[in-house]
Amino acid sequence: MLKLDQIRLEQGEFQLFADTVFDEGGITALMGASGSGKSTLLAAIAGFLPPAAGRITVDGKDITDLPPGERPLSLLFQDQNLFPHLTVAQNVGLGLRPDLRLTSDQKIARDSVLERVGLTGMGNRLPRDLSGGQQSRAALARALLRGRPWLLLDEPFSALGPALRSEMLTLLRDTAKSEGLSVLMVTHAPEDARMIADRTALISDGVLEPPVATGALFDDPTPALRAYLG
Amino acid sequence: MGARLGLIAAIIVAGALLLPLSAVAWRAEGWGGLDPSDWGALWFTLWQAALSAGISVLLAVPIARALARRRFIGRSMVIVLLGAPFILPVIVAVLGLIAVFGRSGIVNTALGWIGVETVSIYGWQGVILAHVFFNMPLATRLILQGWLSIPGERLRLAASLDFTATDTFRRLEWPMLRAVVPGIFLVIFLISTTSFAVALALGGGPRATTVELAIYQAFRFDFDLSRAALLGAVQLVIGGTAALVSLRLTLPSGFGAGLDRAIPRWDSRGLGLRAQDIAVIALACMFLLVPMILVLGEGVLNLTGLSAGVWAAALRSLIVALVAAASTLTLAFFMSKAIVDLPRGGWIEVVGSLSIAASPLVLGTGLYILLLPWINPVSLALPVTTFVNTIFALPFALRALIPAMRDLRDDYGRLSESLGIAGLTWVRLVAIPRLRRPGGFAAGLTAALAAGDLGVIALFASPDQATLPLVLYQLMGAYRMDDAKAAALLLVLLSLGLFWLFERGGRRA
Repeated sequence: MLKLDQIRLEQGEFQLFADTVFDEGGITALMGASGSGKSTLLAAIAGFLPPAAGRITVDGKDITDLPPGERPLSLLFQDQNLFPHLTVAQNVGLGLRPDLRLTSDQKIARDSVLERVGLTGMGNRLPRDLSGGQQSRAALARALLRGRPWLLLDEPFSALGPALRSEMLTLLRDTAKSEGLSVLMVTHAPEDARMIADRTALISDGVLEPPVATGALFDDPTPALRAYLG
Repeated sequence: MGARLGLIAAIIVAGALLLPLSAVAWRAEGWGGLDPSDWGALWFTLWQAALSAGISVLLAVPIARALARRRFIGRSMVIVLLGAPFILPVIVAVLGLIAVFGRSGIVNTALGWIGVETVSIYGWQGVILAHVFFNMPLATRLILQGWLSIPGERLRLAASLDFTATDTFRRLEWPMLRAVVPGIFLVIFLISTTSFAVALALGGGPRATTVELAIYQAFRFDFDLSRAALLGAVQLVIGGTAALVSLRLTLPSGFGAGLDRAIPRWDSRGLGLRAQDIAVIALACMFLLVPMILVLGEGVLNLTGLSAGVWAAALRSLIVALVAAASTLTLAFFMSKAIVDLPRGGWIEVVGSLSIAASPLVLGTGLYILLLPWINPVSLALPVTTFVNTIFALPFALRALIPAMRDLRDDYGRLSESLGIAGLTWVRLVAIPRLRRPGGFAAGLTAALAAGDLGVIALFASPDQATLPLVLYQLMGAYRMDDAKAAALLLVLLSLGLFWLFERGGRRA
């Protein structure tokens, strides 16, 4: 359970208030107009932006002051998820040990996760030799390998074309289910949320609304959602 | 962690600069101590720098203009050639200029044939000639940058309005020149006031002694430390004033990228203009190449005849260059990390660039004053040379590393943090691979400048500690020109070779 306890974020004039609980399991979409602070909220949960007030807890443990790398979560950015000078295997291996001194067991684990995302035999390539979809798969593989209970995604796969994107979203949904990951995903695309999100939480007027079941929300949109969908 | 080390590095650099400079100011006793010859040195320093900068810029304008509007095979080679003097050891270039313009050089030989009185390269004219040799290429590259920054759309518009070359100059090129030339003039003025090796080799006497040379003479010949310090204070005022004036102007980063294109022009297709541009470019290349060819070509013949002393000096220069490159790179790495990471890190860049306003000889004098109570400074000639070169290459290294460090933070900072990559692991896996290119450039530049430096070493060195540039200067002083040319070849191989190796090493992978 990821709890935002009376969180207030401030960036210059901008303010965002969040006091919500995200349940374990399944995928929660985080939506809102551009500039509403979706990515800012995700950055705060990931540890890049200290909240002006409030605490963040995971399963009762306070993580508000933990550095980003020590939080029980992995993060997928919009782009720049891979170091261009490291091979795919190295990029993925970073998920096990940031200094890359892997034992043989860890190497086996790394190769098996590469296999699970469909990158068998591509470990020795550099990211530039991979397609956009394959790069996303490598980043996902690393997140899986880290084995953190939460996975945060900031507008994932938005650089991909429609077909690839829905393919990656399906892969995300399937792996999240089979690995028992709890996913929090920032998106601006309602169709992404409808496709894979169990729940959707909306940010409007500087406040995060509690997550509700995606289907029900879109069948009977709240005024805020109606305003966003236009 | 890295940012804190950068803070410490900045404090060390500030101390290393300010302590010796304060020592100079403290030892300098009263402006009344300046005698007429010192005032003469100050006057000569200023007017030769003004003339050097003026001539360099005047010559650079037509060359840059020709390069901006012409495309030809070998154009990129010309651009590289224009960058070369920046890392060419000064004393080698002086030797080359003597081979062309000296008493038995090709120019005077030709003048002799047609019965004209020979001209001497020694004196103010030689000092200015050498400064133009070094700074005209720099000015050309900087002005060319200005030319290439004129948007192509404007030139197309000019063509559609049927502008002649004169119209284009008046409406587009002149405003650009008015914006960039004053800054370039000031930079070259500043460089010319602090250049020591040129004045040492070609100047001297009552009419061609710069303040830097006067410091050296007070130090070396009269051993009058307080007079050296007083002159050092004078030099500091010159450098500080020029640096303050140029603070708002962007300083050149040495090797501008993106000069390898020419903007299509419609107004300069006439035969006359074409011939004019060809002549200008050819003359500029000859001016730069002939001295080098004369030195290096003849140097090959005597390379095997060099004495063991010269080779030992070359080894010392190599060590000085490598240590200076390593320490500059280390300082620049941590300082640029701090500049990028800390909220008010800008002052660290100012500290790292302070040396632009000082001069190596002044810093050397200060170090001598500081060291004297504790140890015989002469025994530290090589460490002091390494140290001074480190400090003076730092602004260039910072200028290369800071933008790359900023990109590194913007592109991969959060990714590194989210994966818990920090400390030495970050250095090994992220920083070194991503900063290779600017790091290699900075290390190469420092190594080349340090290997070719003839500055404080002349102040400090005893014969058993001479570096290769100093040995070369001594060979010239003894009129052993064949040996000097061979040593010059060795020095060029050393400094350009080091630059090439580091720069290549940075580009690999």
